[in-house]
Amino acid sequence: MALDRWIALIMLGVCLAYGYAAWFTMDGSLPPFMQRNPIWPSTFPKVLSVLGIIATTIILLGFEKSEIKEADIDYRRLGEYHLGQALMLLALMVIYALCLRPVGFLISTTAFLVLGSFILGERKWHIMLPVALIATGSVWYLVQEVLGIYMRPLPGIFGG
Amino acid sequence: MLEGLLIGLQTAFSIQNLLMVVAGCLIGTFIGMLPGLGPMSIIAIMIPVAISMGDPSAALILLAGVYYGAIFGGSTSSILLNAPGVAGTVASSFDGYPMARQGKAGKALTIAAIASFAGGTLGAVLLMVFAPALSSVALLFHSAEYFALMVVGLSAIAAFAGSGQVAKAMIMTILGLIMATVGEGALFNLPRFTMGIMDLQSGFGFITLAMAMFALPEALFLVLKPKNLQGDDGEIKDLRITRAEARAIAPVIGRQSIQGFFIGVLPGAGATIASFLGYAIERNIAPKEEQEEFGKGSIKGLAAPETANNAACTGSFVPLLTLGIPGSGTTAILLGALIALNVTPGPRLMLDEPQIFWAVIMSMFIGNLVLLILNLPLIPYIAKVLSVPRNYLIPFILFFTLMGAYIGQNNATELLLLVGFGICATALKFADYPLAPLLIGFILGGMMEDNFSRSMQLYDGIAFIWERPMTLGLLVIAALLILLPSYRARRARARAAGVADGD
Repeated sequence: MALDRWIALIMLGVCLAYGYAAWFTMDGSLPPFMQRNPIWPSTFPKVLSVLGIIATTIILLGFEKSEIKEADIDYRRLGEYHLGQALMLLALMVIYALCLRPVGFLISTTAFLVLGSFILGERKWHIMLPVALIATGSVWYLVQEVLGIYMRPLPGIFGG
Repeated sequence: MLEGLLIGLQTAFSIQNLLMVVAGCLIGTFIGMLPGLGPMSIIAIMIPVAISMGDPSAALILLAGVYYGAIFGGSTSSILLNAPGVAGTVASSFDGYPMARQGKAGKALTIAAIASFAGGTLGAVLLMVFAPALSSVALLFHSAEYFALMVVGLSAIAAFAGSGQVAKAMIMTILGLIMATVGEGALFNLPRFTMGIMDLQSGFGFITLAMAMFALPEALFLVLKPKNLQGDDGEIKDLRITRAEARAIAPVIGRQSIQGFFIGVLPGAGATIASFLGYAIERNIAPKEEQEEFGKGSIKGLAAPETANNAACTGSFVPLLTLGIPGSGTTAILLGALIALNVTPGPRLMLDEPQIFWAVIMSMFIGNLVLLILNLPLIPYIAKVLSVPRNYLIPFILFFTLMGAYIGQNNATELLLLVGFGICATALKFADYPLAPLLIGFILGGMMEDNFSRSMQLYDGIAFIWERPMTLGLLVIAALLILLPSYRARRARARAAGVADGD
């Protein structure tokens, strides 16, 4: 089974779960005065779940043939591309998201930019570090001073 | 109209807004030039900046400037490197790259700049004429018609955007609508589908979703498959074109501005379709000996897609500004930004806040002029951005996507959602699912449900569908838009299969 049909299968699951919630669980908690309304919070989701199930079934049962196109990246040969780098960058993004608050903006962003270049194969530390530091500093200045959005610059223990 | 023009001039010519146009065009050109980054990613990245400015005219002017700049920058990398940064400029590389290989890169860039300028300016004139007329019709619309119109828009996008794969585009649209129902709706004030998670109470962030759908997968594709960004020699000279060449491309520019504009107005069909169609039509109507030139460095073949894609960009503003319904991914992002600034585009926009409407149109003229006079002499230097090493570029793109999502909500959970959705979007992109319908569905979802509920309440049921002829008509059109392409594709396939069997 090709990837697009696997995705359709997952979507069908999503639509079924969504439809179950809309058809069977949502209306129970509806206050009585709202039940006399011609439209309920679940009306629109009910319609959507039915349409979604129809559309995913069309793909899943192969009613609509997809032409095999020369794609930019062939997912069947994903290992031949720089998959490791991509996964490491994604992991780095997750770590950045978790660190941004506790460690502070300046340290975590500098580390993110330096490690990002490092993962991609850059080894010129004398360029990497100044570039990251200048970029971090100027973005922080812009966000904090020009846009007026507070971002904790330093770790909490330094009173940032 | 004259009064409107003066209001627009007054707003657009303030120092701040002029700076916004220049800044937007420059940023757009710089980033649009990088292969793999389209106007949608750039605008998504710029949204937090635009929103925090607080002034809707200035924000829209900035974002529109970024939009033209990105299209212009995309054509530069198409011509110089044969690596289009934007899908709408792929057709420009057919003839632009051969010209650059023949040592006429400077001339090709000049033609591209002039064609873009003419396409954008003529498009803005047409916008000025058609938008007020359309919005006075739209004022007659009822919420039932609005609902039906949104259904038409979404089905048109599903029918045209998925390159013939209607069911896939439909799934993505419905998924977008489903995601829009998460959180508290305005009509009921009941949390729906939040699974008890507090962070979902206010629904998914629109910027997060826009970043995850466009910027992140494009950056990941750049990581997975590095593109060679180095040009042949990088020397760009001789920017002049001759009088004869100018005379040759003038009718092409005239025709393609009008055609491109009207293609851009249609929902779902945007700069990409306009540029390919423009190229194909100009090749067919060219004289025999010039047809041979197409694909080998014909100036007409370069001028046609360049004019058409810029005119289509301008045309795509018509449904956004008059009906409040975006026809493309880019205008959907603009709509989201406007709503965040407390402006609701639609037929009332021209009456309630004429300065926004006219300032945007005026800034289109200024933006095109800025692109022409700023970029023409500066292009050789701007093209240097193509030599920024990828090792530095990609971490910065990722950082700006993260920042955009974080500044919007000031919430680190949003960043985790961004990465999660980004991975899903990349998988969808592998499987050739179109991503723009999802975002358009997400943005229209809330409005569509509001209009649907209002008409349900007014008519005490779904009677509005058959009691209002206009609603019924629009819904029938929507159904035809979905059914016809799939029916025709089926029949064509059946015929092709039959022929194959016969042989």
